Amino acid sequence: MSTDPHLWLRHKARVSPYEVAFWIAALIVPYVLLPKYLALASQIAIMATFCISLDLILGYAGIISLGHAAFFGIGAYAAGILSARGWGEPLSGLLFAAVVAGLAGWIIGFMIVRVQHLALLMITLGLSFLAVEVANTFDGLTGGADGLLGIDTWKLFGIWKFSIWGHTSYAYALGVSFLIFLLCRRLVHSPFGLTLEAIRENPQRTTAIGVANRRHLQWVFTLSSSIAGIAGAMLAQTTKTVSLESLGFQNSAEIAVMLILGGTGRLYGAIVGTIIFMVARDQLSGMNPKYWYFWIGILLMMVVLFMPRGILGAMQRLAAKMSRS
Amino acid sequence: MNALETRKLDKSFGNLVVAQDISLALPAGARHALIGPNGAGKTTLINLITGALKPDAGEIFLGGHEISGLPGNARAKRGLGRTFQINTLFVSLTPLESVALAVCERLAVTGKWLASLARRRDAIDEAFDLLSRLGLAKDCTKPTRDLPYGQQRLLEIALALAGRPSVLLLDEPAAGVPTSESTALFDAIAALPEAISVLFIEHDMNIVFTFASRITVLVQGRVLTEGPPDEIARSPEVRAVYLGGAKHG
Repeated sequence: MSTDPHLWLRHKARVSPYEVAFWIAALIVPYVLLPKYLALASQIAIMATFCISLDLILGYAGIISLGHAAFFGIGAYAAGILSARGWGEPLSGLLFAAVVAGLAGWIIGFMIVRVQHLALLMITLGLSFLAVEVANTFDGLTGGADGLLGIDTWKLFGIWKFSIWGHTSYAYALGVSFLIFLLCRRLVHSPFGLTLEAIRENPQRTTAIGVANRRHLQWVFTLSSSIAGIAGAMLAQTTKTVSLESLGFQNSAEIAVMLILGGTGRLYGAIVGTIIFMVARDQLSGMNPKYWYFWIGILLMMVVLFMPRGILGAMQRLAAKMSRS
Repeated sequence: MNALETRKLDKSFGNLVVAQDISLALPAGARHALIGPNGAGKTTLINLITGALKPDAGEIFLGGHEISGLPGNARAKRGLGRTFQINTLFVSLTPLESVALAVCERLAVTGKWLASLARRRDAIDEAFDLLSRLGLAKDCTKPTRDLPYGQQRLLEIALALAGRPSVLLLDEPAAGVPTSESTALFDAIAALPEAISVLFIEHDMNIVFTFASRITVLVQGRVLTEGPPDEIARSPEVRAVYLGGAKHG
């Protein structure tokens, strides 16, 4: 059997009917079937965007981070403070957050691209602690432990009000998430995306074929930080508050758990993992708030032991097996 | 002007001298073998030339330009290709993607993050063509880890060739390849473009004497002797320390 290389590569990057179905469902299900859960749906869309940003660096480029919430929080505070100081236009707020978080990511990136393994974990972990302390210290600006208050998010496009019902919030969060997803999807099927995977697989070989590993890694880290910042900004704008926890270790750890549950290096894994985690938390903590982490702990261990490619990876494998037999 | 030249390279790890006063010159189109007992410093020399290791002293020239101060990837961009003794591949990527990536890097498009890889027809065609010439076309869309070992050795060469190197360093290209798969590897080495200067390490004397037009014998980090194959084969010095000595294979 001869293979047409062009066809194979195009096939790999093609849009599948499942994808189309998924995004249509993401639009319809909350509005039509579950209008009571619009606020949760907004949060899921926002956290999924955050999770995708982590997938870019962790799943594709192989940069393991335990402190990615620092950029999420920086974006949240950037948009939140801008709004609390009198400029509440949401889209320019996002842009501002993207620039500030991206700039922070670019600067931290100089360190990140020079270390690996344990040192990388410790630097990203330290970053998370550092971010919380800095935000706490400048409480005049951030509100410190009381949280940032006084955020006023103006109408979207000057038309739609961000009400407590969450109609505007969900449309906004879903729309932005979708655009960012498209951008990331394009990235992972680009020569740059392939280069990231290659660096993750074997940095020694990429060097030998001429790739400037660090430059590529720093660029994806910057981009990922910027996207995390956009997600944080959306949370600030839709919930109208920012807390220190948004920057902290718990948030960083949770987003990593969501990604690993869903499966790394496939974008949709980030989305599926976020949905499972957030819905499970909503349901289980409603029943018994204390034991919520008990169940998520069990689920995480099961997935890592029996589904090393995450839930979505296992599902794809099963589907492939079924279609062959 | 030599395609590759090293001048008085020194390298030691603590008290252990792994390279001492190594001067080597490869004219354009050379087929130069580097032989010597295990631990003679052959791979170390390759690592010094490619920039994986920093020499303590000495200079390296590629096509007459000094490259001693350049990082490894910049040396590769200037036409220095290499393969590794132990497979150093992208195991979960396919050979097609791996070689297409190497071609993209040569075309300086790996930074393009909004372009589609599938639309880089030039890079894909070139990658597929190269894989075909090495007999790797059939399985080029399977993950690299699923290829037989011999094909993985060929992919090592394909990745290096995709950069259109002027100098190619082959570190034991046939290491571990079973006899049943070695013909394809022999053919691949024989078919290397004449313009490329090749420096290769090999323990298989059959390969060395088939392909090399010059041989350098390295012992304990030093050049013992250098010359055409028949001269090396006759040298009693070489026989004493190497050819008649310990077993290699």
